[in-house]
Amino acid sequence: MLTQDEVRHIAKLAKINLTDADIERLVPQISGILDYFAVLEEVDTEGVAETSQVTGLESVTRPDVIIASEIEEALINCTPHQVEANSVKIPKIM
Amino acid sequence: MSLVKKSLKELSTAFQEGELTSRQITDAFIKEIESRDKELNVFVTTTFDLAREMADAADSRFNNKSLLSPLDGMPVTLKDVVCTDSVRTTAASNILKDFVPPYNATVWQKLKDAGAVLLGKVNTDEFTMGVSTETSIFGVTKNPVDPTKVSGGSSGGSAAAVAANFCVASIGTDTGGSIRQPAHFCGCTGLKVSYGRVSRWGTMPMASSLDSVGCLAKTAEDCAMVLEVIAGQDEKDSTTPEVSVPKYTETLDQPLKGLKIGIPKEYFIEGIDEEIVSVVDATKAILENLGAKVVEVSLPHTKYGIAAYYIIAPSEISANLSRYDGIRYGSAVEGKNLEEIYTQTREHGFGDEVKRRILIGTYALSAGYYDAYYRKAQKVRTLVKQDFDKAFEEVDALLAPIFPSTAFEVGRAPDPLRDYIEDVLTIPANLAGICGVAVPVGKSKSGLPIGVQFLCKAFAEDRALNIAHQIEQSLS
Repeated sequence: MLTQDEVRHIAKLAKINLTDADIERLVPQISGILDYFAVLEEVDTEGVAETSQVTGLESVTRPDVIIASEIEEALINCTPHQVEANSVKIPKIM
Repeated sequence: MSLVKKSLKELSTAFQEGELTSRQITDAFIKEIESRDKELNVFVTTTFDLAREMADAADSRFNNKSLLSPLDGMPVTLKDVVCTDSVRTTAASNILKDFVPPYNATVWQKLKDAGAVLLGKVNTDEFTMGVSTETSIFGVTKNPVDPTKVSGGSSGGSAAAVAANFCVASIGTDTGGSIRQPAHFCGCTGLKVSYGRVSRWGTMPMASSLDSVGCLAKTAEDCAMVLEVIAGQDEKDSTTPEVSVPKYTETLDQPLKGLKIGIPKEYFIEGIDEEIVSVVDATKAILENLGAKVVEVSLPHTKYGIAAYYIIAPSEISANLSRYDGIRYGSAVEGKNLEEIYTQTREHGFGDEVKRRILIGTYALSAGYYDAYYRKAQKVRTLVKQDFDKAFEEVDALLAPIFPSTAFEVGRAPDPLRDYIEDVLTIPANLAGICGVAVPVGKSKSGLPIGVQFLCKAFAEDRALNIAHQIEQSLS
């Protein structure tokens, strides 16, 4: 069973603010789901390789050639914040 | 027969032979949508002005004898995770509710280049996470067959759009069953393509190693027509291998005589509706009538698929959805510093199901838990995939139920774990990256549609569509 503090910690890592009511609701749900995962302990995976892709394609590369996006300005203007000098203006980090 | 009830194939033929204009076809669908969408809630955004413009352009092409493809002038809809240039694309989420992308997803660009007409964007569970469209901020899409029932999810809007005769075909996505289950609930045909068969570029990702973009339509033949246009390698999606795109419509009529089809015994789980089992039996009889041999096979790791999937998918979700931070696009909640913008935007932007999955995924990937959860799940995924590999050494296709029940009622009491476990019959195909077609075969006593799925090995969509088409032909 996860504790409320553990869920608060995960939420912090995931950068989601949770209210006390959210925590109350989510802790038992997430705990129940994690408990269910224990079923995998029944499976012997000794020596079994992991599947990270199913197509046979790995580390696909392309020539390092610059292709003009042509929609740069439109993409930057998707921001909900102010745009200055083709950049998104956000609060100070430091 | 009313025009909107016709298949894509029939309407395409009528248009290309000059019996109907694209504008007539498009206006007929718009009329149907206007008369019934208030009740069903299929559309998130309609694009009727654009549709009429595109239809008129298709009519001009007809007059100039410069038609682009069999889909030219044909009205379609897109699940609202497919980015459309200058048309709002929301993922049915607060965090993107006013997002207007400045580019087209490859799948829509290909349809557009083929002359297809866009009627609008249809409902989905938030970021495709759900089984009923009930996690959408726009509310549930009701089942056209029985509006007290859900249309399924997450591509519930697409399935309902096809079943309600709101379009000839709809693009959906299937990460763990999200095309096949709503097709089963609404009684239409749903094609889940092999991983990598259709470019996912510009389609909002959920779980990148499992996501696939496919289509829903009235028939397998219609799905084949759409797939011929949307399939293929895309340099913008590095997970699309260089596999040639066959003429799917040309192999539909192949006889099934001599084919061997397996029924996985593990798919008849405890609690599955008897009526669904009967429909699988009835399908088996049709296959045998058509000369196929039907045998029982075993996929022993089936039941572990859910746990593996609900570790892998949330892990990938937690990484993929980190991009929604209120900075570059979507809505933002102002804060006194950057951290507050992030945490409050995500608090108010995401619904409960999305938050649950992000939190589970973050936990599974966090220090100390990675081996026990993610690595273990990736190994179990291998075993699930090997089950299929072994089965396909013996059989050409698998016949299986799609979901333990028919469409359930709108407003069913929430239970996240139950919703996950119900995906048991669709998830393994995504873990293995294989393809499948959901075909409407029967009805329950209460009149609700029941579908079955035909699963084939990766990139054998031609075979899956061939079998589906033959079944549909013998039913009609």
